Amino acid sequence: MTIKLGVPSKGRLMEKTFDWFGARGVGLARTGSEREYSGEVTGVEGVELVLLSAGEIPRELAAGRIHLGVTGTDLVQEKLVQWDQKVAPLAELGFGHADLIIAVPACWIDVDTLDDLDAAAAAFRAEHGFRMRIATKYHRLVRAYLHDGGVADYQLVDSQGATEGTVRNLTAEAVADITSTGETLRANHLKVLGEEPVLRSQATLFKSRVAKKTDAERKALNALCDVLKVG
Amino acid sequence: MTLSQIKAKAASLMAGFEGEGAQTVDCAILQPAEVLLDLYGEDIRTRAYVTQDPVRGEVMLRPDFTVPVVEMHMADGAEPARYTYSGEVFRRQEEHPERASEYFQVGYEVFDRTDPEAADAEVFARFSEVLAPYGLRAVTGDIGILTAAVSGLKTTEARKAALMRHIWRPRRFRALLDRYSGKTPIPASRKALLESADPWVSCAPMIGMRSSREIGARIEALHKDAAADPISHDEVALIDGLLKVSESCDFALERLLDIAVDLPAISEAVERFARRCAALDARGIDTGSLAFEASYGRSSMEYYDGFVFGFLATSRPDWPAVSSGGRYDALTRQLGQGREIPAVGGVLRPGLLVDLEAGQ
Repeated sequence: MTIKLGVPSKGRLMEKTFDWFGARGVGLARTGSEREYSGEVTGVEGVELVLLSAGEIPRELAAGRIHLGVTGTDLVQEKLVQWDQKVAPLAELGFGHADLIIAVPACWIDVDTLDDLDAAAAAFRAEHGFRMRIATKYHRLVRAYLHDGGVADYQLVDSQGATEGTVRNLTAEAVADITSTGETLRANHLKVLGEEPVLRSQATLFKSRVAKKTDAERKALNALCDVLKVG
Repeated sequence: MTLSQIKAKAASLMAGFEGEGAQTVDCAILQPAEVLLDLYGEDIRTRAYVTQDPVRGEVMLRPDFTVPVVEMHMADGAEPARYTYSGEVFRRQEEHPERASEYFQVGYEVFDRTDPEAADAEVFARFSEVLAPYGLRAVTGDIGILTAAVSGLKTTEARKAALMRHIWRPRRFRALLDRYSGKTPIPASRKALLESADPWVSCAPMIGMRSSREIGARIEALHKDAAADPISHDEVALIDGLLKVSESCDFALERLLDIAVDLPAISEAVERFARRCAALDARGIDTGSLAFEASYGRSSMEYYDGFVFGFLATSRPDWPAVSSGGRYDALTRQLGQGREIPAVGGVLRPGLLVDLEAGQ
């Protein structure tokens, strides 16, 4: 029986994850053809590599179908209710940095804080007859953040991509999205609020708190954590 | 406990309210989401199940009966009216997964404009009587006293409106009060905006639906706010003192009468409180021992704007209130399309009562 380690199946996130494990003496590699999602682990015993979409890794960890997984803090906290009871972070991997932020049109020279956003939302609703729209795919995190910030009279509208374009297209007044450099925001004439971001996210190695383990699997997990110097 | 026990309990409770002259009403489980979202804002999505109907758009599994009952009454209700209902309500439990997400509520609602304080006392006494065997702790409050205090502040109408808008968000309310009284400084970005000779210089292109006129209006409002005198420390202290009142109704009334000497704006609201206490006494409720907390119901009971009450199981501090209710005149105004009627009511949870009986 083996410990299952879930890793993003493509792109920079996968490569950087492979590098991070490699630097600690654990070799991760894809096997077979370029299109085949299978992999191998060298340097430790009893660990199986599972290649998955980064967005599905939180769910698999919470279901206990994988024991370890690499994904963004943003995805874990958005997708898992009471995430800290289902998974435990073992190590921040130092890449995949991104902040979940609220951005408004740069021409809103009167809005910089959540206090401003709330006041603007109240006036907007009075003027236009509907609640100010904020486009996002991070509904739970953004709602909790705005609740804590005391913002009312807004609504979240779902946007699964090209979120920065929604303001220009008049389908939202503001956006809440992940950004690393802010370039896309600036190009779309948006500015980030001068508040703490909703969340600072980076690629993180998580352990499932619910996955069942045999004695042999527990040993394999401990051995892997020792090699990685985590947990 | 079994579902049939709970249903039997609910039926007998409802029969009791019917026996007192209430008319039985029912409402659809699937409610249009728009009405509730517009009333409560986006936060209700964390507490209610919202789903998609291919034709009607977003619909919500009823999180309570009050809103549909008010809508029904405002559409074609006779006056005065007393209603009772029983049925399941549905609540998402993100914060408390151990709590039920589907449970029965039995309610009693009074729409009557003749004597609001007597109606408050009637509703409270009905619930108090039904719940007497369970040894619950009753708590009462009155949101109307706080709103009266806010409307009496010696400050701008814009500030009062902002405070009123956040009456049900205690932390935000406090932050606003701190800002308006000068306790927290103006944020640097706002200071810069206010001091700028031409804030529009080097402005980004206008995008989105919020127009430059709206932005200009807000900047003007900020200038007016900056020019206004801070709310005095004395007035803030009075509000603080008011919010701290937490004792028996009789002592609370004395304290509130004291506060009203310096804050005459609350006098009428305190008189209403006194009339309610008298009406409760007349119904055999001991106001010498009934708890009153001035801040009760501020964070959880968003449509109540006057009298509020709850019955709590002291043996189960982890439970939500077994019964709760209050006055919601403003809700009838919002849903009444130009009409309004004073209304007060409450709900109780037969499932929790069955649990309490089983535990005894």
